[in-house]
Amino acid sequence: MTSALTSPGWWRGLFYFLIGAGFGFGLVIALRAISGLDLYQTEPTGYPHIVVPAITGPLGFLIGIGCFDYWFRWCAGAPTIPDDHADHGAKTWKDYFKVNTDHKVIGIQYIVTTFFFFFAGGFLAMLMRAELAQPGTQIVDPGVFNGLFSTHAALMIFVFVIPVFAGIANYVLPLMIGAPDMAFPRLNALSFWMLPIAGALFLASYFVPGGAFDAGWTGYAPLSTGAPLGQSFFNLGVQFAGASSVATALNFLVTIITMRAPGMTIWRMPLLVWANLSTSLLVVAATPFIAGVQFMVLFDRVLHTNFFQAAFGGDVISYQHIFWFYSHPAVYIMMLPGFGIISEVISTHARKPIFGYRLMALALLGIVILSYTVWAHHMFVAGMFEWLRVPMMITTLLIAVPTGIKIFSWLGTLFEAKIHLKSTAMLFSLAFIVTFTIGGISGVMLGMIPIDIHVSDTYFVVAHIHFVLFGGSVFTIFAGIYHWFPKMTGRMYDERLGRIHFWGTLVGTWGTFVPMHWIGMEGMPRRVADYAAEFGNWNLMITVSAFILGAVQLVFLYNMIVSWRYGPKAGPNPWRAKTIEWQVSSPPPIFNFDEIPRVVGGPYEFGVPGARHAIMAGEEAEVKRPEPSRAGIGAPS
Amino acid sequence: MQGLPILRLAAATIVLTVITSVLMLIPDWNGEQASTAAADIDRLLDVAIVLSSFVFWIVMVPLFYAIYRWRAKPGDEGDGEPIHGNTRLEIIWTVIPTVIVLGLAGYSWVVLDDIEASEPGAIPITVTGQQFAWSFTYPEQNVQADELHVVEDRQVEVTMRALDVLHSFWVPEWRIKRDAVPGAPGASIDDDFVVTPDRAGEFSLVCTELCGLGHTTMRAPVVVHETRAEFDRWISEQDPIPSDQPEPAGSPAS
Repeated sequence: MTSALTSPGWWRGLFYFLIGAGFGFGLVIALRAISGLDLYQTEPTGYPHIVVPAITGPLGFLIGIGCFDYWFRWCAGAPTIPDDHADHGAKTWKDYFKVNTDHKVIGIQYIVTTFFFFFAGGFLAMLMRAELAQPGTQIVDPGVFNGLFSTHAALMIFVFVIPVFAGIANYVLPLMIGAPDMAFPRLNALSFWMLPIAGALFLASYFVPGGAFDAGWTGYAPLSTGAPLGQSFFNLGVQFAGASSVATALNFLVTIITMRAPGMTIWRMPLLVWANLSTSLLVVAATPFIAGVQFMVLFDRVLHTNFFQAAFGGDVISYQHIFWFYSHPAVYIMMLPGFGIISEVISTHARKPIFGYRLMALALLGIVILSYTVWAHHMFVAGMFEWLRVPMMITTLLIAVPTGIKIFSWLGTLFEAKIHLKSTAMLFSLAFIVTFTIGGISGVMLGMIPIDIHVSDTYFVVAHIHFVLFGGSVFTIFAGIYHWFPKMTGRMYDERLGRIHFWGTLVGTWGTFVPMHWIGMEGMPRRVADYAAEFGNWNLMITVSAFILGAVQLVFLYNMIVSWRYGPKAGPNPWRAKTIEWQVSSPPPIFNFDEIPRVVGGPYEFGVPGARHAIMAGEEAEVKRPEPSRAGIGAPS
Repeated sequence: MQGLPILRLAAATIVLTVITSVLMLIPDWNGEQASTAAADIDRLLDVAIVLSSFVFWIVMVPLFYAIYRWRAKPGDEGDGEPIHGNTRLEIIWTVIPTVIVLGLAGYSWVVLDDIEASEPGAIPITVTGQQFAWSFTYPEQNVQADELHVVEDRQVEVTMRALDVLHSFWVPEWRIKRDAVPGAPGASIDDDFVVTPDRAGEFSLVCTELCGLGHTTMRAPVVVHETRAEFDRWISEQDPIPSDQPEPAGSPAS
């Protein structure tokens, strides 16, 4: 028992969590007692004796589970335990529940954890759609409803879409660039373990006085500064998710810049690597803004600062400026990695080099720069300085240009190709082009100030965000999961179930989100628990479609779980792709390569006679094409 | 790219664009028009719809053509043509979208200036949002009410006030929306806008910024009178602004 409490793991994690939470609680109570205050302060926005333990408890957990052991020993000057790589690689499923420094293990930890929150957030969406199926109040009252859409969005954005991309890249990217691991494996582990804490804090808000945070995922002040205790859990959850994001982005930047295999010049990097380089540049500079603004809200709530208290000279609109200065780049944080995935999948399954590779990479950087200059388009009707609107409109519309370059280049890649539609990954990628084009079009419309004045804060916006975030980002996530599933698990998923999942998702997405455009323009505001009877029929259709969309995700879950366990062996390169991760076994060996590969050409040299991307260990002399593996290419034809 | 039926693809794109545009222009997407801004904004939307149809099909036609034409034959394990790019094409699809979006931005700017142009003789009204009700003060008439009454074809100059949290003023038939922001007088808040109702009738003012438990039901009746006389008669039936009421932060823009 003592060894369980002194060595890293869940028992010590729980023990240190209790110590941390107890310390935080005791500190608050002691300080209040010394100051002669009531021991328990229970204003709705207060509860310091819960808010402080909600910070110190999770920090205790992180220490207890073992994220800091090595560093603490190092800091204290104690003899560090020689790293025997015992925390590297996973031998049993139990190793996935421990602090592990292997990028492949961490990648899977990320993906599984984020999909847990995807299903949790999806369940909340189903409850919302059930309530909205008919006008009137049937299932939940407006207060609960406000909590539902707030937690739905917070879970989906902060602990699903953003980190699942980090998870996929964690697994794939080091392999792709020929690196044995990420640059900072221990930091990588810490990044992961902060993530479940963020999600747990969001969900825990359901169990505190006043219920879940209900000021929207945007948490606009002063609604958020005056909201009940749950809002503080949102403020804190964002800190953990944000710190996780920033640490991972730094890790990706250093890994990409310093650890590429010999010969991999920047113009030989696969576009997924380019995409994560661009995304990381956004994360490191933008994420501190949302962290800062959520602290400001928390301080307004608990410490009675007046950042956003108009009555005491605070500036309400500045919340929105700081928030969107992160949250608009965040839209691209949630999209650029997906662009990278689509490039890999389309090139591989169309058997063609990416059309206009360099412009594709430059378009990513163009989006990075432009995306810092458009945030105020979320505020055209917010009452901000009116002269800021037109410049922000112009930059907003201009961002369609690099995005268009990417779409046209994918089309160019499909011309004169040999397109294989057997893989579900390819189906999702092609459908992504269609749905994302529509999301882009409605985005341009929203960017036009006069149209935005009318449809701002209506269901048109809900439709747009879901077309780009679900029809866009989530489609690319599915494409990526299906594409690299054989690499991660060594097994093949069931393409028939994949196709059911694909078509159900496509129909569900369109049925759910297309009519939202119409009712929004007609006059239905967003974030309402009830609506005028005239919107009843469309809302019923939206709810039915949403239930289809939700149900078909269970097919995906079943397919992933069963195929992981029982799927046919996939072989190292079922898609006959060129990039390095496919030239090693599935799953790859610990530390990925016996010998670092040597990169000798571009990543997508399909159809170029004799061209190679990389030469692996042991095949120096003879540049012989490896035997293409047929295993698992799909259902027998 | 020999054998590429460019003319037929272009024709298909144009035909589909025309069909889609016509179909998409039939419905009144934004519903009834009841202000001078509504016609301007809806016309801008129509232009956006036509250009969007074009953009949509110029992506979809090549996409589906490629899937139809270059789908791999069963058992074909070969590769596609090793085409790495085409500088001329890449310049074209950078420049043309730039021109389109800059055109849309320019037109939007013109419309924006139009719908925000002040007319002489506008009626000033202060709209105050408070959880979860609207109130309206008419400083020139020294009247306060919980309904918004205006006159057909007479511009109103609205000043937004919020007493607690953010609210947002939206009359869908007017196409006009603006947040009410709590703030000290003179804070850098753009709190006023103009709108010219041009259809008499009864409408509904909808709160579109999440403001708490009662957000869903935070609405107020809007009445547009046909004549100034009717409006004046209604004004005469209202209570005066209570003198002890603290002036909502800032005096109405004049």
